Parts: sequence; structure tokens; C-alpha cells
Amino acid sequence: MKEFWSVFKHGISIENPLTVLMIGLCATLAVSTQVEGSLAMSVAVIFVLVMSNVLISAFRKFIPVEVRIPIFIVIIASFVTIVDLFLKAFSPDIYAVLGIWIPLIVVNCIILGRAEAFAYHNTVLLSIADGLGMGLGYTLVIVGMAFIREFFGTGQVKVMGATVLSMPSGYQGPNILLLFPGAFIVFGFIIALMRWLNDRSAARKEA
Amino acid sequence: MSEDIEKPRLIVASSPHIVAPTTCREIMLWVVGALAPAAIWSMVAMGVPAIVTYAACIGSAVITEAAWNAIAKKPQSLSDCSAVVTGLLLAMCMPPMTPWWMSAIAGFIAIALGKMIFGGLGWNLFNPALVGRAFVVMSWAGVLSKLPNKGWFATLDVAGTKGLDAISGATRLAIASADRAAAGGYGYDLVAQYRPLLFKNLEGSLGEVSAALVILGGIVLIVKGIIDWRIPAGYIGAMGLLSWAFGSDPVFHVLAGGVLLGAFFMATDYVSSPMTKNGRLVYGIGCGVFNAVGRFFGPMPETTTFAILFMNGLAPLIDKAFVPRTFGWVKRDEE
Repeated sequence: MKEFWSVFKHGISIENPLTVLMIGLCATLAVSTQVEGSLAMSVAVIFVLVMSNVLISAFRKFIPVEVRIPIFIVIIASFVTIVDLFLKAFSPDIYAVLGIWIPLIVVNCIILGRAEAFAYHNTVLLSIADGLGMGLGYTLVIVGMAFIREFFGTGQVKVMGATVLSMPSGYQGPNILLLFPGAFIVFGFIIALMRWLNDRSAARKEA
Repeated sequence: MSEDIEKPRLIVASSPHIVAPTTCREIMLWVVGALAPAAIWSMVAMGVPAIVTYAACIGSAVITEAAWNAIAKKPQSLSDCSAVVTGLLLAMCMPPMTPWWMSAIAGFIAIALGKMIFGGLGWNLFNPALVGRAFVVMSWAGVLSKLPNKGWFATLDVAGTKGLDAISGATRLAIASADRAAAGGYGYDLVAQYRPLLFKNLEGSLGEVSAALVILGGIVLIVKGIIDWRIPAGYIGAMGLLSWAFGSDPVFHVLAGGVLLGAFFMATDYVSSPMTKNGRLVYGIGCGVFNAVGRFFGPMPETTTFAILFMNGLAPLIDKAFVPRTFGWVKRDEE
């Protein structure tokens, strides 16, 4: 169980897929303009990541090394298709916001990367921990980015049509936050913050 | 970190080994001096709003640098005057009627995101003033394009504008661009614009008030050896040639907009431009090409900012391509 927690925590902090491994960035930069869309995207990623990790680690003894990548892709694509059809059927609004980024989870480096680097060599239980940890790490960063971009860019945060938080009226947010340069700037600061936190906890452990 | 190392007895350093007594501060003051005539004339011509813009840009740039150094516990670097130059240049590429808070944000972004975050002067990848301007242009394009400008009614006699202090309207470049889109349908006379553009142009940014004074400042800097003639020559040359090739008036396109300020004062920034001589020429030409292409085919009437920022990004690559031949070496035979 101790190993489970340590793998889980790695995904959030020192092996965070976005700020440390820096994989799967395109979808992150594109989707993180809205808190709502980012939450939905995170749920989709967590689902696909955990399920594909489970399946791949369960079958790791049977998957031949030579053709492992095509097999991973087939497994991942099946789960992505499930999410895609599910969202299309049950929440068309969110589907309209996320659009192409849901099917593109198939080629998201985080999922293939974890399959290759972790699930293929570890037990099912640890792979679940890895999927959940990585997924939560992803969620934390993308929702944080989306919050900063939506709140300061548009002056309000909307979830499910209700305004959760808003700036005083007359606020004119910098539009750049909603564009790609803004995504890169905000992301850069989040990386810096995560590095600082990781360094601090590492220093504390040593002391 | 360097404190840990014992003081070396033999100093090994890369070239240059001959050090001139010129300091960073001296060069920056020369740049301020060269910009001063154009800046002062723009304040005289535009009045209070211009002074507010200058004060907001320079003030916030200086305060940001001081505050950053204080918070990051770094030695105070205000005395090299580079923050003043950044603020001044930034103000000169802003329209005079810019709201003061926007100028202040531009100054903050220019220093914080354009310079200090990379480690301060000498480490920045892009020209800080242009970073500040790009941020503001992309953030509040709607606000900026609706700013009133002061001199428009004086140059073109539009019915119903006599006696107004200021109206909102397009700059000469925007009119020229609309005229081009209408295939000369408005009959906009470009040659007649030389004189106002050279001496007193009250539309557009503060640095566009007098092209003549900007050229004067640029020539002073070239004669003093502070900037390399290759960058402005390449820039202005490419801009003029391409404008002519695209079937427009080259002199108008060099005088109007931000080309002169950009060519003499922005593109020549030591840190963000190439170091090699041929590289500088290529870099200048690149700025001119992108500026002209952007101006003629892009969605915005003026693209100096983005042309220079783009070439800033390419500068390290340009340097790599133009490594000078080491003295005494011969070119290797390519077999």
C-alpha cells in the first residue's frame, strides 16, 4: 500500500505529466481557456488513462515487445471512443466545446507514455495508482491554468451556465490570456511554481 | 556561486580582450539623448496626453525593475538606465491617447516579462519594449483601435469635423491600406503625405510624430558607433524595395508607421539582435521583409512590432549561420 501512495503522489508532484514531463501539452494549451471544459477534459483523460493502464498492465505478459505500440494504441483508442460517444450522447454542450480534442486523446503523449513507461512493466494495482496520480496531476494544472485564464481574461468564471466568480463590472481583462501566447505565459509561471514547490519539499526531506 | 571559487591567478576569458571604457549607462544615455528631440517634439505637438503616456510608461518600467530587484534580492540595476530606455521606447510606440493604466501595464510587462524574467539586461530573448507593446496590442486591440486621435481632421478635410478637438479615425497607413484594398479608388495621394509625416503627424504613435527627428537621432547613433548601420540599412532598404515591388510608394511606406523608430531604435537592441556583421544585415532585411509583407497582406495596418519580435527569435540562428572565418584560417574544401 505504501508503494501505491508513493506512485500516486509522484504523478502529482515530481513526475507531473504537464509541468515536469511536459507531455500532452497541445490539448492542455488549447482547452485551458475555460474551467468547465478543462474539468471535462480532465475527467476524460483520467478515465482513459486509468482504464488503459489497467488493461495494458493486466496483459503485459502477453503483449509481444515488437508490436506493443499498435496494441497500446488499439486499447487506448477503444476507451477514447467510449468517452467520445458518451459525451456526444449525454452532454453535447461540453462535446461542442472540446470538439476535436476528445478524439485526439488517442495520440495524447501522456496516455501512450504511461502505458509504455509504467503500465507495461508494473502490476495492475500500481498502474491504477499511476493512472490516478498522473490524471490528478493533469487535472490540477489544467484547471489551475483555466481558472487563471478565464477569470483574468474574461473577468468571470462560469460553470454549468452559472457564474461562480466574477470581477467588478467595468473590468477589461487582457485578451491575450485567452490566446496562445497567454497560455504559454501562464503555463510558464505554473511550471515555475511547481518547480519551486518540489524543490522546497525535497529540501525539507533532506533537512 | 562564483564566491565559492577561489580567486583565480590566471584569468581565462573569451574575447573581446580589449575593453573600451564605455559603460552600459553611457550607451543608454546616448540612446535617450538621440530619442529626446523626437520625444520632446511629440510632447509639444500632442500636449498633456502624450506627457501622461511617457510618464506612465517610464514610471512603471522603472518601478517594476526596482521592485523586482528588491523582491528577488538582486543588486539594484536601475543605474544602467536601460529601464528608462525601455520605457521611453515603449511610450514612443504607443498612441498618445492610450489610457494611463494601459501604458502602465505595458511598462510592467515590458520589464517583468520582457527582461527580468530572463535574468535581467543581457539575457532577454526579445526586445522588452516590443514585448510590452505586443502584450497590450493583443490584449486590448478593441480599445486601442477606438482611441481618438488628434490631428486627423487637420490633414483631410472631412465634412462635419471642423471645430472638434479630437475625433476617432484611421491613421495615414490605415487610409493607404483601405485605398489599396479599393484598388486606388479613394485616390489617396501618398506623395502629399511626405511633409506631414516628416515634420508633424498627429496620428498614430508618439514616435511617429516626426520622422525627420527620428532619422536625425538614428544618424547620431550611427555616427557615434552606438548602433550598426547594417540593421537600419537592411530594414529600410528591404521595406522600400518591397513596397515599390508591391506597387506602392516606397518613401511613404518608409516614413509612415513604425518603420523608422523600429529600424533605428528597436531592431538595433544589442541583446536581441545578431552579433555578426553579415548576420545583422540579414536580420535587418528580414525585419523589413516581414514588415512589408505584413503591412501589405496582413490583417493589421502595421506590423513593425511583430516583424522585429519574430526576427529577434531568429537572431541566434542567424548568428550560427554567419560565424565569421577565424583570422588566418582558410575555408575548408567541401568534397
